[in-house]
Amino acid sequence: MKSLKWRYFKQSLFFGAVRLSALIIALALGGILFYIMVNGIGAISWDFITKPPTDSMTKGGIMPAILGTIYLTIGAIAIGLPLGIASAIYLTEYAKQGRVIRLIKVGINCLAGVPSVVFGLFGLGFFVIFLKFGSSILSGSLTLGFLILPTIIGASEEALKSVPQTFREASLSLGVSKWQTIYRIVLPNALPGILTGSILGIGRAAGETAPIMFTAAAYFTAKLPGSIFDEVMALPYHIYVLATAGTNIEATRPIQFGTVLVLVAVVLSIDLVAIIIRSYMRKNKRW
Amino acid sequence: MDSNVIIKLNKVNFYYGQSRALTDISMKFVKNKVTALIGPSGCGKSTLLRLLNRMNELIDATRVEGEILFEEKNIYAPDVDPVEIRRKIGMVFQKPNPFPKTIYNNISYGPKLTGIGVRDMDALVERSLKQAVLWDEVKDILNKSAMNLSGGQQQRLCIARALAMKPDILLMDEPTSALDPISTAKIEELIEELKKNYTIIIVTHNMQQAARISDETAFFYLGNLVEYNKTEKIFTNPDVKQTEDYITGRFG
Repeated sequence: MKSLKWRYFKQSLFFGAVRLSALIIALALGGILFYIMVNGIGAISWDFITKPPTDSMTKGGIMPAILGTIYLTIGAIAIGLPLGIASAIYLTEYAKQGRVIRLIKVGINCLAGVPSVVFGLFGLGFFVIFLKFGSSILSGSLTLGFLILPTIIGASEEALKSVPQTFREASLSLGVSKWQTIYRIVLPNALPGILTGSILGIGRAAGETAPIMFTAAAYFTAKLPGSIFDEVMALPYHIYVLATAGTNIEATRPIQFGTVLVLVAVVLSIDLVAIIIRSYMRKNKRW
Repeated sequence: MDSNVIIKLNKVNFYYGQSRALTDISMKFVKNKVTALIGPSGCGKSTLLRLLNRMNELIDATRVEGEILFEEKNIYAPDVDPVEIRRKIGMVFQKPNPFPKTIYNNISYGPKLTGIGVRDMDALVERSLKQAVLWDEVKDILNKSAMNLSGGQQQRLCIARALAMKPDILLMDEPTSALDPISTAKIEELIEELKKNYTIIIVTHNMQQAARISDETAFFYLGNLVEYNKTEKIFTNPDVKQTEDYITGRFG
């Protein structure tokens, strides 16, 4: 028999360790954000977010890049979300569970680990060149959509599986068809979970550089895109350009930090929209 | 076929993968009666119940042999749509499983989606809830979530939901095993009332319940139908010793 005191001591030891881990993560994240804030806030002004760059990108704003990133992210969601949810529905609700399905699932997990530059090259080869979409919003959105597909499929699968089997049985036992059951019962109850997972994918789509540098991003264009077949500037690529290949790397340092700050803000606000939609849907879901 | 018989099983075998869960079951269910299926856990009674509305096929790698005639037609014939069968043969489950919707929408869900052409949904909801003796308790909160109801109320809601489809048969899989004694008594009264208009087949682990509410009782053991007779007979003077042993609590 271990004494109660000893067991309490062990408990506080482990709780302490867990708390410490959480604290380290929070501090690291907070540190990064703080650093970006301090260095970037000086560059932020109304002109910075509403005007295009000037003087070989050493002055002026980043409006075309903000807009480009928003377009690309929305495009990626529009492609990745329906396709991902549909795939997950097939995998969990329709497909006969067996070796083939297991293999497909392993494949999807592997795709999630493929470096994003590989997706970029695939997009270049397939969308830009083979399908002749050129370097455009369309090619970039498709590439990013495919990039986040594994994340969305994984999240959707988990969310669909977490809907109690009893709901499906209840619906089917009433003589409601399988598709109606999925559409009316399973999917609505899974959507908050699907969105939670998809938020991660959305953040990634907005922040990735490699997939868009060959497929969508322009080094510089002051003109705003008129259609989905136009090239755009994008925040991550703009940062990359300014920090490594710009006309004057040292002089644009504040602009770089400002752009990073704006990128973080854009990602957070897209996430916020998803979170608001999710909490709205969760309101009367409880089981 | 006897006009009182609503379902007839002919030499039914059922398999989960390689293992056989039901062996050569032949039996008849009588219209407007309550038939209780009893037996120890794993004896196949729930499996049999779920065969009657083709719910077992939701599980992969299951197989049925023999035929189950409902209104003289084999429900496992290739041209029969299980969705059609389930519309006519309703089911109430062991644990209350209302949808996370309003009380009203729980009832209207089935009739709306199966397109049975309801002219007055409000009236159907009211009628179904009255049939399940739940109306008085919920008539002022029809637009509240069904998840806020108590367990017993939820189960009666599930019964109302099944009744809204106007089924011929109501299958009940241990409908009171998750409920307190008062709720159980209410459901039992309800079953008594419902058998005037419906055929009820109920699986139960509770001997007293089977004795109280059923007209016929079937005793299953290890996938076999051991004895099937009038409830009175089964509980007072069973023909088979195994039945007697089970009922008197010597095993099971």
